[in-house]
Amino acid sequence: MSGWPLWEVFVRPRRGLAHGHVGSLHAPDAEMALRNARDVYTRRQEGVSIWVVSAAAITASSPDEKDAFFDPAADKVYRHPTFYDVPEGAKHL
Amino acid sequence: MDDALLTQVEAAESDLRTAAAARLAASTFDEVIAADQKIEPRDAMPEAYRKTLIRQIAQHAHSEIIGMQPEGNWISRAPSLKRKAILLAKVQDEAGHGLYLYAAAETLGVSRADLVDALLDGRQKYSSIFNYPTLTWADVGAIGWLVDGAAIVNQVPLCRCSYGPYARAMIRVCKEESFHQRQGYEILHTLAHGTEAQHAMAQDALDRWWYPSLAMFGPPDADSTHSERSMAWKIKRFSNDELRQRFVDMCVGQAEILGLRIPDDGLRWNEQRGAYDFTAPDYAELMRVIKGDGPCNRQRIEHRRRAHAEGAWVREAAEAYARKHATATVAA
Ligand SMILES: [Fe+2]
Ligand SMILES: [Fe+2]
Repeated sequence: MSGWPLWEVFVRPRRGLAHGHVGSLHAPDAEMALRNARDVYTRRQEGVSIWVVSAAAITASSPDEKDAFFDPAADKVYRHPTFYDVPEGAKHL
Repeated sequence: MDDALLTQVEAAESDLRTAAAARLAASTFDEVIAADQKIEPRDAMPEAYRKTLIRQIAQHAHSEIIGMQPEGNWISRAPSLKRKAILLAKVQDEAGHGLYLYAAAETLGVSRADLVDALLDGRQKYSSIFNYPTLTWADVGAIGWLVDGAAIVNQVPLCRCSYGPYARAMIRVCKEESFHQRQGYEILHTLAHGTEAQHAMAQDALDRWWYPSLAMFGPPDADSTHSERSMAWKIKRFSNDELRQRFVDMCVGQAEILGLRIPDDGLRWNEQRGAYDFTAPDYAELMRVIKGDGPCNRQRIEHRRRAHAEGAWVREAAEAYARKHATATVAA
């Protein structure tokens, strides 16, 4: 079992919703990961579709770099519609 | 009977979302804890916090896995097809709980294989309650009502634990536990209102499971190591004795409806405290069982070791198949 890779499991709860991360599991290959994910994470109709992704294939941003990585967005308030003054009477904006 | 518990789980879930939505400037470990936000896997955290969580989550996972045995003992002898299907689903849920929890522990940097080894060679423990035998069908009812009931009282506050993956796993677990408790209560209710012999069987199960269930909350507060620090870290929210009291107060009315007697002459309503006075479980017995000297300790671990060893060929075959398949794909 130590040799079995880790898979991250994503479930689409209902038609119209995005797949969301629900947890992880170990399995020897993608097909088994999918079957096991069905048994572990959807015993009560929690989903209509499952993705399994090899954890090794995920590149994640580092929490140490969180500030440097995300701060550039912090001072750009003009990216939000609330930044703008809408003149009285202007409609459909 | 546990609408209130499910409501608490939902409240914890919605608080989790609210806390996540609040854009706080919290960034250091202490700030995140103070702001009631969640610590996530790759965040900086004190080594002792990480170790405490690994120990607690692993012990919890082991309890779910070992906990399948006492009830598994009755699957083939359940009195009807309906009860058999329900019990199978319950025991399967417990396996699922073990897996959610092992996955949560792994986010702290340990491997599942190492945790399984630690269980099998006795370095890590599981809940003392699973070292008691299931002698009759009524025991399956008593386990659902009392053991799953006590587990829920313990686990509902863990839905607010400061470590994100553990809190999320607990929300999932608690939602499933509520069916476990109800099916057990229903079994006991049916027996208690059946023939005289069935009623006696239900009473006998309550007599044997009551004190071990009270002991599930751990040693009394005065003797509880680690508790204070776990509270400060918001891993734990209530003390052992507070949770035990909550459990007793819940059970009294439920036992009345069953028409069964809780085996405690000291049980009485205390007007001043607004709670029931009750006789504490035998903590010396709890310590003996934890140390390995309960009625079924050896049997439980031996069974788990055997199951693990006998499953080796399945794991090897699956691995060989995956390897062969991977080579074939590369070649194609
Ligand atoms: Fe469970
Ligand atoms: Fe359960």
